[in-house]
Amino acid sequence: MQDQGPILQTRGLSVYYDTKKAVTDVDLDVARNRITAIIGPSGCGKSTLLRCFNRMNDLIPSARVEGQVLFDGLDLYGHDVDPTEIRYEIGMVFQRPNPFPKSIFDNVAFGPRINGFKGSIDEVVEKSLVRAALWGEVKDRLKASALSLSGGQQQRLCIARALAVEPRVILMDEPCSALDPIATLAIEELMRELSEDYSIIIVTHNMQQAARVSHYTAFLMVEEARVGFLVEFGESRQIFTNPEDERTEAYITGRFG
Amino acid sequence: MAVIPQTEFQRRRARRKWMGRAFHAMCLLSVCIALGMLAVLLAYLLIQGITGISWSFLTGFASRHPEQAGIKAAILGSIYVVVVAGVVSFTLGVATAVYLEEYAARSKFAKIAKINIANLAGVPSIVYGILGLQIFVHSLHLGKSVLAGGFTLALLVLPIVIVAAGEAVRAVPPSFREGSYALGATRWQVIWHIVFPLAFPGILTGVILAVSRAIGETAPLIAMGALTFVPFSPDSPLSRFTVLPIQIFNWTSRPQEGFQEAAAAGIIVLLVILLMMNAGAVILRNRFQNKWD
Amino acid sequence: MVRADFDRNLEDLVSELFGLGEMVEKAIVKSMDALQRRDLAIAYEVVAEDDLIDEKRFELEEKCIDLIATQQPLAIDLRTLLAVLHIAVELERMGDYAEGIGKICMIIGEDEPTETPQQLDQMARMGVAMLQRSLKSLMDRDIDLANDVWDSDDEVDSLYDSVCHDIFVEMGEHPKTIEAATHFLWVAHDLERIADRATNISERVIFLVTGRIGRYKPPESTG
Repeated sequence: MQDQGPILQTRGLSVYYDTKKAVTDVDLDVARNRITAIIGPSGCGKSTLLRCFNRMNDLIPSARVEGQVLFDGLDLYGHDVDPTEIRYEIGMVFQRPNPFPKSIFDNVAFGPRINGFKGSIDEVVEKSLVRAALWGEVKDRLKASALSLSGGQQQRLCIARALAVEPRVILMDEPCSALDPIATLAIEELMRELSEDYSIIIVTHNMQQAARVSHYTAFLMVEEARVGFLVEFGESRQIFTNPEDERTEAYITGRFG
Repeated sequence: MAVIPQTEFQRRRARRKWMGRAFHAMCLLSVCIALGMLAVLLAYLLIQGITGISWSFLTGFASRHPEQAGIKAAILGSIYVVVVAGVVSFTLGVATAVYLEEYAARSKFAKIAKINIANLAGVPSIVYGILGLQIFVHSLHLGKSVLAGGFTLALLVLPIVIVAAGEAVRAVPPSFREGSYALGATRWQVIWHIVFPLAFPGILTGVILAVSRAIGETAPLIAMGALTFVPFSPDSPLSRFTVLPIQIFNWTSRPQEGFQEAAAAGIIVLLVILLMMNAGAVILRNRFQNKWD
Repeated sequence: MVRADFDRNLEDLVSELFGLGEMVEKAIVKSMDALQRRDLAIAYEVVAEDDLIDEKRFELEEKCIDLIATQQPLAIDLRTLLAVLHIAVELERMGDYAEGIGKICMIIGEDEPTETPQQLDQMARMGVAMLQRSLKSLMDRDIDLANDVWDSDDEVDSLYDSVCHDIFVEMGEHPKTIEAATHFLWVAHDLERIADRATNISERVIFLVTGRIGRYKPPESTG
């Protein structure tokens, strides 16, 4: 295990749904313990790209992946790699909070339990909820249904659930788009705290959020001839004040199309 | 500036109003007719049969004398057969539905299988009786027993369970599946921990429907050899038996007035058992459903 | 067209900035004219009109702040608004210097016989030319033109040294002219600052175009 260098890398990554290409030839380095944002117009393949990192595209029968995705040097799509093992290391938070219809406790405990965790589940649940900045609000009602929480709390619960299996990377697919502005800012604050210990990749269609929250930004685009190709990648500071590519500038200043 | 002149508007509004009322009245009328027929039926039954219900009726055996007619054997037979049918169809039905919806989802095989299963629901029930006679009674040497009868009915109601269970499994939101896969769950873990508990109310509905159908079946059981005159309680899975519908049918074909009363009483008992089973299942289903929303 | 309103607002803003530039240009020319002709009436006008320049600058600032708050500008839009904001301040300061020259003219009075050093006129003309060039470089987004302004600034600086030297010599030889000479020194100082501010404007133009603050350094060429 390396301590330096990018934690995830893609080399010539392309994704097809049957014959339709969704992601074209992407080379991307995801920095360790940083937040990397993937932005781009609708249909540009951002979510598809994100789902390559934890092999969630495997669940779609028509999806086919070409190229390499390296996780600390290991090719995630290699022959003897078990997708379920990867997902313990690379977790995911979805656009609409999707807590299971179980208690708050059981939600967070789900991951460790199915993983055959032998230690103290109580400890793991508490630790995860603390790290997801939710413990204070729910510690007295862990047995209550997860669905009784507000939207923002539910999303933090989903984050706690993902943290409970001790991943190294957290993938977030538009995690705040179903939340109100205050809940959104709370999640962004949480992301910044988490980035000290985890590497985070966030897909967002909200430019300002990407600017606020990320250290690095990748801009994906779709054209008539090509779908889902990487236009520009760099430090967010640079991308949002003085991008190199005029297509990037057109997109972030809202003058696309 | 109005695009459409006022007068045009007025007329349309009035027409819409009375059409609305007419439709409402039609629906109300349909409800009254349906419920009315049901009420008449129940009233007739109660009038005819309520006098016949007594402890001796419920605990006695059938006899040639109408005053001594009892349906103990039939009650027990019905319950045993339906329980077997319920358990077998539940197990096979849920497993089939889970396979078709989860493991083989969207494959050609699943599509063909589902069409065929739906068609099986329309096969006349007597066909199942003949099938049961051949396979369970003769080939598997189960004889004309409770077990054979239960299996036969299980086959009959299997399509109902499969279709209902399949819909219940399909109705589980994909977001829950995704969430559990993303946590590193294997396929069967997702099914067992997430899909199955959530689909359970729907599956139970299917079982209720199946069991309600099964308890009223007459022809297939006669075809595979259920008795019509049973002066003993079925004491083992392999014993001969009869069921309520057959017993009732038997009585209605006798000339004596007393047997007509007994038949009506028998129908009331059948309905009560049916209601109790349904109520039980609905209570169970509600218990599981509360967690969803 | 997406963001048509915002685009229009930005264009209007930049036009108004040019309007402010014109006002400042006129003020500098007028103030030097008043000084040359010892015309107190014109000097008075220059001083009074500086209020209008100040007002215009605050107006521009407010509009910039508005757009920044309501439009969440990024990249080129952000740089444009920041550049407009800064340039408006520079222009307003240049207007203040012109006002300063007008005030000095009023202090010197109509009857002062001492000759106005001729370098001052040159400095003023160069300053105005630099102002015009820097604003043109903004209009055309031309960083080469913006760069040229620095060369002129070097010339103005040497003119400044020269006029200071001359004035000191004069003061030494004709002590009675010390008061007037000091005033002329101030004028020279104001004109040198005006030229300096023009280079600041060029800096902002380069920032707008390239995203980098400071003098544009063309890629290393041989020699």
